[in-house]
Amino acid sequence: MGITVSNISKSYKDVKALQNISFDVKPNELFGLIGPDGAGKTTLFRILTTLLIANEGQATVADLDVLKDFKEIRKHVGYMPGRFSLYQDLTIEENLTFFATIFGTTIEENYELIKDIYVQIEPFKDRRAGKLSGGMKQKLALCCALIHKPKVLFLDEPTTGVDPVSRKEFWEMLKRLQQKGITILVSTPYMDEAALCDRIALIQDGKILQIDTPEAIVNQYPKTIYNVSANNMYLLINSLKAYPHQHSVYPFGEFVHYTDTREGFNPEELEQYLEVQNLLNIRIEKTEATIEDSFMELAK
Amino acid sequence: MKRFIGFVTKEFYHIFRDRRSLFILFGMPIVQILLFGFAITNEINNVDIAILDNSKDATTQEIINKISASKYFNIKQIIQQENELESVFRKGKVKAVLNFENDFSKNLIKENQATIQIITDATDPNTANTISNFVNSILQKYQQDQNKGIEIKYIIIPEPRMAYNPELKSVYMFVPGVMTIILMLVSAMMTSISITREKELGTMEILLVSPIKPFQVIVGKVFPYIFLSIINAAVIVLLSIFIFKMPVQGSLFLLGLESILFIISALALGILISTISKTQQTAMMISLMGLMLPVILLSGFIFPISSMPLPLQIISNTIPAKWFIIILKGIMLKGVGLAFIWKETLILIGMTVFFIGLSVKMYKIRLE
Repeated sequence: MGITVSNISKSYKDVKALQNISFDVKPNELFGLIGPDGAGKTTLFRILTTLLIANEGQATVADLDVLKDFKEIRKHVGYMPGRFSLYQDLTIEENLTFFATIFGTTIEENYELIKDIYVQIEPFKDRRAGKLSGGMKQKLALCCALIHKPKVLFLDEPTTGVDPVSRKEFWEMLKRLQQKGITILVSTPYMDEAALCDRIALIQDGKILQIDTPEAIVNQYPKTIYNVSANNMYLLINSLKAYPHQHSVYPFGEFVHYTDTREGFNPEELEQYLEVQNLLNIRIEKTEATIEDSFMELAK
Repeated sequence: MKRFIGFVTKEFYHIFRDRRSLFILFGMPIVQILLFGFAITNEINNVDIAILDNSKDATTQEIINKISASKYFNIKQIIQQENELESVFRKGKVKAVLNFENDFSKNLIKENQATIQIITDATDPNTANTISNFVNSILQKYQQDQNKGIEIKYIIIPEPRMAYNPELKSVYMFVPGVMTIILMLVSAMMTSISITREKELGTMEILLVSPIKPFQVIVGKVFPYIFLSIINAAVIVLLSIFIFKMPVQGSLFLLGLESILFIISALALGILISTISKTQQTAMMISLMGLMLPVILLSGFIFPISSMPLPLQIISNTIPAKWFIIILKGIMLKGVGLAFIWKETLILIGMTVFFIGLSVKMYKIRLE
């Protein structure tokens, strides 16, 4: 009931959107596709949901071939596109009823599955979908994608443009859906959400950089990372980038993540260098690697 | 079946919640038929003319009286001199000037002939022509009255009879044309827009990734518009019967069936347009340029097909509207039955089947 992708390639005219992609999603897994905009995530989703045909390679969804059995796949998957794609001039209830009807079911029949999510938007059920907030739109879209009790759920950037509180709620909902036996493939550009998946694939420019559990990916990070801060962020970044032994310098919130090329790196040496650059309040501390650091390292 | 009903219900929500499309659907037919019926007309009534009477005798006075007594002309001005002619026309106040020669009566009696010059403002050639014809016929009538009792050797009396539209009302000609345009517009443009709207808003993506079949989507999209177009056709026929007193000579039932046939062919064209356009804007432009213009210009609605150059005549055969207008005129004005229009009907059926087949073939089951 999972997903298999083997050697999938897809090009649009001169642009190679996907290059020889392979991975498996196990049944009942919450699998994350992590990568920046333009990495090829949406193209991959469209191939798996039978909307596009790959130039090369094979893929199956719930043991069905995406090319041969596309009609059967369309009955058993739930798909939530990246852009809000419901009828804006229909109310919450009308949208849900419509999608239930075209999947040959009713709201009552599968109410159990969507209950947790639907109760949150039910007070507004007579409001038109176009007038909902970002978070409510996503909840409604998820309800519509779930109404026919799909075996596999495809969520293309479901939390883009949603406030942090709603994002957190949304991921809690995904966890609950997973417990109900649904295989979920979700894509996101937010690295912090990656840690919530069972396994993730880091993807950039149509190529997969690494596939593993979030913990394993972080543990494999080869260097020691230091949080560096000072009174002038801009000058700090420029000074660090000019430091002859720097391996990587990335702004990370209020800090700069710094790694050194040398084995026996001494932070005090760096501090002295930064003082010469007229920086004040300099702090240098060891820190844990995050998915984002791994991604940056792999994408280098 | 449940799926179909659900889909159609959704379509009706879309239509009734969008004020713009509602206006196009129901406002436009009424506005158009009233506009074409009242404002745009080829008839002449109360045309302002001027008289230049160089002889001022009994005969000219009599003729002037006859002309001013008719409901077609209104004598606005009497000019005294030939050189005023130019300025009268320039001011644009009159459409024609009647110029009686010197000694009109005298010439008539002495030489058995006299001349009236009819000068018309031919910036509008149709009106100019009509005015000149009307003046001519008034003069001829006067001549016949004068010649009563006098024996003339040979005389040919033309007796024109305007069959099917004795009063030459132009609304008789416009009603079938407007009906065709409106059915075409509502059916083709509205369906093509409503299908491309789903593409533009991304909902088509979800519809494709669902068990609903392309065939069900198309029929579900088209069904509400068949229904609305039939209402429109009925409104137009009722308006023309009750407001313009246009008689429908033939069978209303046949008229209804033929209209449904034409509506379906237009809907199929709409689906075809939606398969080749990605946005609502493109769909609208293609519908307007690709369908409306040919319907107005090449269908024989305004310009007679027989006077077009041969290539255009051949092209006009490919336009469904041409055949529908022939059918409409046949049923509404001539009162003919299917026996006289079966050929046109068959052509229309053929075109409809072709368009439906093509659009089903062109309909995409994936995104590209």
